[in-house]
This record gives sequence, structure tokens and C-alpha cells, in this order.
Amino acid sequence: MQKTTVVTPDVKLVLQFYRGMLELREFELKVQELYRAAKLPGFVHLYVGEEAVAVGVSAHLKPEDLVFSTHRGHGHALAKGVTGREVMAELWGKVTGCSGGRGGSMHMYAPEYGFMGTNGVVGGGLPLATGAGLSAQLRKSGQVIICYFGDGAVNSGSFHESVNFGAIWNLPVVYVCENNLYATEMAFSRATKNLNVASRGAAYGMPAIAVDGNDVLEVYQAAGEAIDRARSGGGPTLLECKTYRIVGHHEGDPGTDYRTREEVESWKKRCPLSVLRERALSASLASVSDFEKIALDVQAWLDDAVEFSRTSPNPDPATVMNHVFCSEDGQ
Amino acid sequence: MITESKKTTYVEAGVEALREEMARDESVFYIGQGIGPRGGNFSQTRGLWKEFGDHRLRDTGICELGATGVAIGAAMAGSRPIVDEVFLDFILEAMTQIIQQAANVHYSSDGKIKVPVVIRGAMGAVRNAGSHHSHAFYAWFAQTPGLKVVVPSTPYDVKGLLKTAIRDDGPVLFIEHKALYNTKGEIPTADYTIPFGQARIRREGTDLTLIAVGKMVQQAVDAAEILHQQDGLSVEVIDPRTIVPLDRKALASSISKTGRVAIVDEAPANCGFSAEVFAIACEDCFDDLDSPPLRICSLPAPNPFSPVLEDQMIPNVDRIVSEIRRAFAA
Repeated sequence: MQKTTVVTPDVKLVLQFYRGMLELREFELKVQELYRAAKLPGFVHLYVGEEAVAVGVSAHLKPEDLVFSTHRGHGHALAKGVTGREVMAELWGKVTGCSGGRGGSMHMYAPEYGFMGTNGVVGGGLPLATGAGLSAQLRKSGQVIICYFGDGAVNSGSFHESVNFGAIWNLPVVYVCENNLYATEMAFSRATKNLNVASRGAAYGMPAIAVDGNDVLEVYQAAGEAIDRARSGGGPTLLECKTYRIVGHHEGDPGTDYRTREEVESWKKRCPLSVLRERALSASLASVSDFEKIALDVQAWLDDAVEFSRTSPNPDPATVMNHVFCSEDGQ
Repeated sequence: MITESKKTTYVEAGVEALREEMARDESVFYIGQGIGPRGGNFSQTRGLWKEFGDHRLRDTGICELGATGVAIGAAMAGSRPIVDEVFLDFILEAMTQIIQQAANVHYSSDGKIKVPVVIRGAMGAVRNAGSHHSHAFYAWFAQTPGLKVVVPSTPYDVKGLLKTAIRDDGPVLFIEHKALYNTKGEIPTADYTIPFGQARIRREGTDLTLIAVGKMVQQAVDAAEILHQQDGLSVEVIDPRTIVPLDRKALASSISKTGRVAIVDEAPANCGFSAEVFAIACEDCFDDLDSPPLRICSLPAPNPFSPVLEDQMIPNVDRIVSEIRRAFAA
């Protein structure tokens, strides 16, 4: 396992990261509010507390790079460039959503942004991302594939088979484990003996690194090295981002039956947004007014996404059978 | 019309389809266990590795979940893979990727992501392989919207339908029968494809319609001949060839013509392909039926090992003939 040294980035990058993370945070808090008010159908798993991972990773990605996400994927979609309007409208089941209202939170696709899907199956995206990596390699496309998954996926056969393929074929995939310590309610420490996900890289002969997933600069640095390696033909990396969801597993889960309030509070103190903001202020990289301006911008962005989604039309019920088959001869 | 033809085997017809499609389109690649230098457990990729190399003949370890998911992901990203489960039985390891991912992606993405993957496996009983290598659950896949299901019975159909499957933009289950791999038949020497959803009338008749897929087609044809010779019955035999899409019109029109239908199936009767055809007969041909549809299927047991037990379980020509005589005697 390697160790990363974080370099202090310039103010532009700091503010870009902060804005990105604030978008994800405010978006999810708004989704929570709308869901609790019974405006949104279905189920949602919120990304609150894990924003540094998607923002730090995506900062290196090109539009044509592909992201395969999880059930907790709104943040991954937004960070890859899917617009707030399209993600929010999809959660609302509206025809203007990125999947026309056919997908929803856990089946949200926007290939035009390189976003290849959230996924309702834990571990479900791992082989798909690996296959996209194989396709990129065969087509010599130069694309890098990001494969997000949680600690809940790493004890599945899907993880083992996928990472093994990634390694043996030297695929341009970065396997990003968002280790938030709980698979639904199951503590990682109760699910497996070896709590160091990155140490598993050695089992596959794959470079691996663990970083503080609540420190966007650390994620950014490590992801940059992994993505460069993938893009230059150096093969895959297992990147473990140690983080925490400070909300429940899904909206409606208080998240306190299996975690102590003290534990949750201690992670709230490590909020990736506050960590970055405090660091930037104390190093005089940015001013309070910089952050205030970002907050106003993000609020306006979010209001627009909500209003767009609220006023968007529903899909036409007559279209329910559209797209079942990829070609016309299906029945 | 005179077309040049040649005799080939069911397995070699598949190899030809693969060779031609891989040469025609470089986005086509093949992935599975033992399909490289070995040429496949059933010789189903024989010679291709030498022609196309490691990159496009992706030999894997024994890991159907990963290999199938990899093929599906590669299809989503712009390739056209064929993934070989070898024995259809082992597709069970990969079901979540097929049902939950491949079948749903195009619909859930509002038609934005195509999934041009062929998922290939050989079904059915052969040489008393026992309960882990003999399943005939091909019809399960027809219950999942978004999947097409091909069940070829001849070398001609294997080649033409496999080429169509590879060119299809969505997931296609291509389910051959192990016991047919060495059977022979005529195929055109020129390039051809067979559209999905077109049943083939294997034998024309006027008294009874016999419907079967895969290995059961030949059993049905042989039974029809006996019934013709010994009972003077004119039996029409129809092979739908693809069960999704299903040529409902061809089946119904034959059933309405003859007024009697029997379905022969290597899978058990309950909730299966035979039940679907039974339903079509009742829904589309009710007024034309002279007697209730008949199902001649495998008995609902795991495949036994002992040859005498397995022979008892699976329909054969004698059983088809005797069940038809019993049901339609009048």
C-alpha cells in the first residue's frame, strides 16, 4: 500500500471543490426535505457526508470518461456533470429527468455525460465498470473508468471477480471504495476480519491506497495518481476512501439503532466541507465572503433545479412500453 | 432459386457465424472459459483463437458472474461481446447481471444505452451428465422483459440466428442444445442471416400441429413420420426458433388450421414454454380447437443420473407417439 502526500492546491481549486461539495450537500438535503414531504416517489439513499470522494475523483475526469455508481449515487452523477435539473427531475419521476423518469434514484443513466448508471444492486456495477474498461482498452479509446462501490460490496463475489479481471487484464479502471463503515446496518467490523480494504489490492497484484475520504485534497491527490496510471496504460488501482454517511442508510432510517450518537457526532465534526473551509481560511487561501458567495450561487442553482423539476411534465403513460427492447422486433 | 449449400455440423455452423462476424466488425469479441487455445469445451470456438488472438478471444477463469458482467459492461461502453457460459447450467452464477442489469439498462436509461451482448450457453441433457449439467430452463429468460431468447435446432438456424444475435443492439440469450452439436445439416455457402420471430415449418400437415424447440424438434419430426406411416395422421411440425420474439401468428395459424396441438418440451410443463403455447392456442384459436391442447414434457424432477431414469424423465419419440395416440384417439 502506498502513502500519499498532499500538496496544497491553489485557491481556484479549493473554491471549485467547495462549490462542488456544497452542491452535493445542499442537493441531498433538499431531496431529504422533499422526500419527507412526500413529494418524491421511491426510495433514496443520500450522499451526505461523503461529498469529498465524488468531487475529488471527478475533478480529474474528462467528459468521455465513464462513471459506474451505486445506490448512493446522486453525488456521483452531479460530480460527473449531470445537471442538477436532470438529476432532480429524475428523482421526481419526470420526463425531463436524465432517464426520462424511467430510472429514478437507483437506475439513473446519463451516458451523454459519461454517467453509466447508479445501481440498485450492491456490487452490481463492479463487473460492468470492469467490462467498460475492457471495451476502452480494446477500442483504444483512452477513456478511464471510475467504479464506485461501498464497503458493503467488498465481501461479495462480484467484487472479487471484477477486481481480479481488472488486474489480470491491466484495465484502465479505478476501483473507488467508499468505505463508510456500514453495509446498510451491518458494521464493517462485524462483516469481515480485515478492515483495511486497500490491503486487498495485494491479493490481486494491484496498486492500492487508503485515504481520508473526508479530505477532498487527499482524495484529489490519490485519485489523480490512479487516473493518470490508468490513462497511461499502467492499469487499475484500488482506492479506498474512508468516510461516513452522517445520515441513515436510506431516507427514513434514523441510522441510530446500529451506531452511537457519539460516533455520528464525531464524524459530523469531520464534515468534508467544514474541513476544507477551515483549512482554507486559516491558511488565508480564501475569505469568508468567497464562501458566502458560493453559498448564494449554490442556493440559486438548487432553487432552479427544484422549480424545473416541480413544473416538468410527467411521462406520457402511453410510452410505458417504449425502449423495452433495443431494436424493434421484440414483442 | 438455386443456392449453393454445404453440409456442416451444428457446432461448426456457430464457429462460422462467429468467424464471419468477427471479421466483419472489429467491435465483436468473445469471452468465456476455455474458449481460447482450447477452442471451447464443445469445440464451439475451434480455430478462432489462432485467427483473432488473445485480445478478441478472451479466455477467463471459472467465474461466470464476472465474465458475464464484464461482457454486459463492455456492451454498454460500445463493444459487441459474446459471452459463453459453456454449459447453460452455469449461467446461474451470472443471473443477477443478466436479469438486473442487461435486461433493464436500455429501458431505465430511456433508450440511451444499448446493450449489444450475446449470452451463449448449451442446455439440456446429454450422456447422463446428472443434475448439475443438464438443465433445460431456457424459458426462464423469456419472462424477463428486455431479453431475446433464441433456441436453434439446426446448423442452418445456428448460423443465421447467431449472426442476427450478434448484430442485435440488445441482450440476446443464445441457447443451443448440447446433444445437437455434432448433428449435421445443409447451410448456404453464401452469407445469410435469419430474422428473429419467424417460426419455421419443419413438416407440413393438416390433422395436428406439433410445436417444439431445440433438440425436441427432431423428436417431433420423427414422431410425426411414425404417426403418418402407422396411423395415417398428417402432422405439421413447427419450430419457433426464437421464443422472444415469438412468432405467435405462425403458431396460431397452424393450430387453427389443424384444430389440434401438442407441445413437446424438454423443460417441465408447469409455467413453461409449453404453458405459453397452450395459452396462445386457447386465446387465439379457441373456436377452432377440436380437443384440448396437449403437453408432452419432461417430468418435473431433477435430471437423474441413471440412464434408465433419465430416459423415463425426458420426452422421446415413443412417448410423443403414444401420448398423441392416447389424447387424440377418436
